[in-house]
Amino acid sequence: MMTPNRALLVLPLLLFAVVAVFLVGNLGRPQQAVLKSAMVGKPVPQFALPGLDGGPGLSSRDLAGGAPALVNVFASWCLPCQVEAPHLATLARQGATLHGIAVRDGPADTRDFLAKHGNPFARVGIDRGGQMMLALGSTGVPETFVVDGRGIIRYQHLGDIKAVDVANLLRELERAR
Amino acid sequence: MRLLVAAVLALLPLAHGAAQQPTALEAPLGDARKEAAALALMRELRCLQCQNESIAESNAPQAEMMRRMVRERIAAGEDPKTVRDWFIERYGDWVTFMPPPGPETALLWATPVVLLGLGGLAALRLFRR
Repeated sequence: MMTPNRALLVLPLLLFAVVAVFLVGNLGRPQQAVLKSAMVGKPVPQFALPGLDGGPGLSSRDLAGGAPALVNVFASWCLPCQVEAPHLATLARQGATLHGIAVRDGPADTRDFLAKHGNPFARVGIDRGGQMMLALGSTGVPETFVVDGRGIIRYQHLGDIKAVDVANLLRELERAR
Repeated sequence: MRLLVAAVLALLPLAHGAAQQPTALEAPLGDARKEAAALALMRELRCLQCQNESIAESNAPQAEMMRRMVRERIAAGEDPKTVRDWFIERYGDWVTFMPPPGPETALLWATPVVLLGLGGLAALRLFRR
């Protein structure tokens, strides 16, 4: 029989084992954390972005107009944005209202991009410095937000929209109604 | 072979679209005190793209955007805490390397104190004997 004191001597070893298991277990875990915006559930911050070629821009007022909409953060230099373009078109065809925010992009490049890959957007806002992207709590392009009719962010889709995501986004739009 | 390597290297920037964007000139603030405050804050904010670097040391486009935002706000007279809170509101505590004390970080902040206390108690008992 061990005396209680003897038993206590094993404690450091046990503690070490626990820490070691924790560390080894985490070795294989990827470092990149997936960052959801903390803005989901909050109103879109006040903003007003200029439009393309003097066209209608995008402002927080446009997003509080009564009907839910998708706000897509994109850029002409972003390859996944080209990949998701057909799916944005599908969403528009199925009756979704889409607005675009062109991030860190020259107007000419944005224009070419939309001409080449289609323009599913009711409004496009030009965010040259990317400051609006930060204000939305977005971590990269492309990203898509569901904003309800009162201008509250209800859902965030990270990365490009794939064919399988279309139904889900339509459902989220319906839920935001 | 060398040609292949060159071709791969030439294509690399495409894989990381953001990297080839020309960056606007990053000028330090005219006011040295404000610039120092902005720089101090930049060292505390995490780059969201490269994640284990602060935005002060990262050259990712998103870090540059964040630096610009920090400078703009500090220049407009906001204090660093307000600016940091602005980022936390959007990206969560995770965006700062100094997580604010709160219910979620209680364990993090209390552990060293508790351990030190336990160690002190153990030492006390040992010396008493």
